[in-house]
Amino acid sequence: MKILVTAKRVEDPESKIKVKPDGSGIVTEGVGYKINPFDEIAVEEALRLVAKHQGEVVVVSIGSDKVQTEMRSAMAMGADRGIWVKHDGPCDADLAARLLKAVIEKEKPDLVLLGKQAIDDDQNQAGQILAELLGWGQATFASKMESLESEAEAAKTPGIAIDGKSAKVVREVDGGVETLQVELPAVITCDLRLNKPRYASLPGIMKAKKKPIAEMAPAALGVDTAVKVKVVKLSPPPGRKAGIIVPDVATLVQKLKSEAKVI
Amino acid sequence: MNILIIAEQQHGALKKASLNAVSAGLSLAQKAGGELHLALLGSGIGAAAEELKGYGAKVLHVVDNPALKDYLAEPYCEAVAQLAKSLNAVYVGAASTAVGKDLLPRLAAKLGAGMATDVLGFEGSGANVLFKRPMWAGNVIAEVEITTPVKVFNIRTTEFAAAPKGAAAEVKAEQVQLSGSYKTKYLEFKPVKSARPELTEARVVVSGGRGTKGNFKPVEELADELHAAVGASRAAVDAGWVPNDLQVGQTGKVVAPELYIAAGISGAIQHLAGMKGSKVIVAVNTNAEAPIFQVADYGLVADLFKVLPELQAAVKAGK
Repeated sequence: MKILVTAKRVEDPESKIKVKPDGSGIVTEGVGYKINPFDEIAVEEALRLVAKHQGEVVVVSIGSDKVQTEMRSAMAMGADRGIWVKHDGPCDADLAARLLKAVIEKEKPDLVLLGKQAIDDDQNQAGQILAELLGWGQATFASKMESLESEAEAAKTPGIAIDGKSAKVVREVDGGVETLQVELPAVITCDLRLNKPRYASLPGIMKAKKKPIAEMAPAALGVDTAVKVKVVKLSPPPGRKAGIIVPDVATLVQKLKSEAKVI
Repeated sequence: MNILIIAEQQHGALKKASLNAVSAGLSLAQKAGGELHLALLGSGIGAAAEELKGYGAKVLHVVDNPALKDYLAEPYCEAVAQLAKSLNAVYVGAASTAVGKDLLPRLAAKLGAGMATDVLGFEGSGANVLFKRPMWAGNVIAEVEITTPVKVFNIRTTEFAAAPKGAAAEVKAEQVQLSGSYKTKYLEFKPVKSARPELTEARVVVSGGRGTKGNFKPVEELADELHAAVGASRAAVDAGWVPNDLQVGQTGKVVAPELYIAAGISGAIQHLAGMKGSKVIVAVNTNAEAPIFQVADYGLVADLFKVLPELQAAVKAGK
């Protein structure tokens, strides 16, 4: 089977994110970049599924030439080849989905895996939009029945069960887990509890350097790059008023009761 | 200008988050100058509709159809899109629940609309309302413009108080045309067995970190006394002390309870991003220099193994 998986370049979650004084963007100096952690889970799941069912994993990134770093990271984990959609301007979830749709129509994968959201814009939309545009079924927030401490996880068992022409997906929903069956091809978005992504091995990193990356331009894909959602202004979140150090539990309880009124 | 808020029921019971969404709809109606319509979909949902009608909306549209018994994105998307089109709704919103997050982006695509996720508030007026929403796990607040004629959004429920009781809405039973050919099938739902509330919905969260040294007992016991959810830092999860789904942080759960108690958590950026929206933060840590104290309203420089049982006893005595 052919699995297409996304790898978005995002700010490292360990980096401190600060807004520029004019509110036009974030300060990028000193900020590290990596694959969106949820996309990393999607890459891991794709590799496990292909290990079980044979086939290939194609990683897609949208962005400037810098995104090749994240594509190489996904290939170092084991993805077979890359498709780089060159686009340097604003890209909302809708544009990302339209670009992915155009790539999918060329590639015809059996399954598309994405992170449930990217940790930069936190929109949580691209997978669902993509499924509607393609007229495919969707299963969002794919998770696992077993915990990530389980033997199944230690054995790198895929959380998504593929049986012939459909996939059974356990989803994390409010108050529990739900199981859906979705016909292939389908769009599945990955949540935190689906798997623990592997670290790239040194031979993996060496091999990744030689794996092919195909370039595609939005115009050649026939996609208009206008966005539907425009960021007008960024600002830091409202600051918290300075707290106090309390000497003991009795004072804490008194403050929580009479001042904060939360217990 | 019509505003349509999609309410939600689970097994026939109205979801509390829907009342937060109604409240957001009322707030938007004031700013944008429109009328508030509500939609409720499902099968055998008369009781939930009866409850929902009393919150000051103009019309409640009820789509009661056996094909909508269990939530699935495809049929729900078809049904809501028909309703939104028939009402010429300019704004279509819902709560950021699991259903809201699954359905609305698909709906936005069907309506050719742009969408804003986890909306915190509205700025401006008329059809030019800007949506305030968090980015980078709340480290940045963005104002976004949706440039399409129809604008779709879901709201962060902790930012909108549940709507107060109001005038009764006119209730309309709606018929929708469902294609019946779907790619997904609902198989089963398993509730989480935990007796504790869900992390993202709890009023109080007690979290433990590296300082627990793997012993979460005092954290859990205090949580149970406060009817709280248990959370954990990434350090505690990575050490294998607690399951991954307890992780509070940018790549874990983002929580905003009324009271957040961080025990033995130093306060890495990753963790702060997931909890600094909490109304009141208490930090217990032996290291007075720990960054967690910079966001805490009340800090206690002490050993959690001494403090948590004391706090638990004090809460119990105060009941």
